[in-house]
Amino acid sequence: MNKLQLIWKGIIKENPVFVLVLGMCPTLGTTTSAINGLGMGAATMAVLIMSNLVVSLIKNFIPDKVRIPAFIVVIASFVTMIQLLMQAYMPPLYEALGLFIPLIVVNCIILGRAEAFASKNGPIDSMLDGLGIGLGFTFALTLIGAIREILGGGAVFGIDLGITNYMPLVFVLAPGGFIVLGYLMALFNKYLKK
Amino acid sequence: MEISYFAIIIGAIFVNNVVFAQFLGICPFLGVSSKVDTSLGMGAAVTFVMALTSLVAWPIQTYILNGFNIQYMQTIVFILVIASLVQMVEIVLKKVSPSLYQALGIFLPLITTNCAVLGVAISMIQKEFDLWQSFAFSVSTALGFALALVIFAGIRERLELDGVPKAFKGVPIALVTAALLAMAFMGFTGLV
Repeated sequence: MNKLQLIWKGIIKENPVFVLVLGMCPTLGTTTSAINGLGMGAATMAVLIMSNLVVSLIKNFIPDKVRIPAFIVVIASFVTMIQLLMQAYMPPLYEALGLFIPLIVVNCIILGRAEAFASKNGPIDSMLDGLGIGLGFTFALTLIGAIREILGGGAVFGIDLGITNYMPLVFVLAPGGFIVLGYLMALFNKYLKK
Repeated sequence: MEISYFAIIIGAIFVNNVVFAQFLGICPFLGVSSKVDTSLGMGAAVTFVMALTSLVAWPIQTYILNGFNIQYMQTIVFILVIASLVQMVEIVLKKVSPSLYQALGIFLPLITTNCAVLGVAISMIQKEFDLWQSFAFSVSTALGFALALVIFAGIRERLELDGVPKAFKGVPIALVTAALLAMAFMGFTGLV
């Protein structure tokens, strides 16, 4: 498989959110606006690329039995790094994402890729796979965030579209997340899944 | 913190329901909730693990992480605590109560990656609860999770029989249903 395909499949054909239905909690919990979705996607992508790289480098030294705990420790270390970096350099985003940053550890996408891809492939391919899946996740989160922000607040990326007063706030609240994701998934099913 | 137990319990079960208001534990919520029986099993297993987690994680945070001023290790320490706790519960249950182990068996390993467990552990520390408040908070959050799961399973059993458009089959229609339930749960807003 060539390198470009490796990245591209993560974005559309194996999109972690719309097709594989993984990582639902951050998908719903952090997409109250496009910028939050983008931030969460980028943070997850960073952890995914780094943990894929490290897992693929150390895969030969880890006994099979303690594989999963070892992966979790690697992932948790990178999550802690990202957490500290965001706290230092992006405090508003850190505040907005709150609990969901430490929860990147239990995002099934990351452990899933470590187990399914990085523990069987070389470091470069694993990083590219992380990049692809990470981009797919970021794309999904930004899309959902943008739709919820437009429908619920009449703005996108914080830019006011001048229709603020006519929009139902419910899309920014909890039910809106479920509805938007449900409809987007149905659209994906209809047009992209054969 | 001067918060009554009543407020903590009602708040965690209904007002800030872990699934419908906080979006935690969505994966098992969508994955396991197709039958009422399995939902009850999962709910019981989660309640058990969450209660234990709060009793173990709180002293660790207070006496070790705060004591040595290494709060930044929280994420790593908590996930390891939860993972080993789940493993331990599994081993102990197998020995002590095989019937309960049979009942909870398949759900236990799944709990490690249930973000609601880690989420509760972190948020009870953030809210600065004392030990028993943390315990009450964890148990009632877990009960809220079980409640959501069981209600949803009941609806999904009926949904199976309905003619849903092809593109909406499976997860999409479940999400739309969850949206309606979340709206219903919004009715509790402001209760506490």
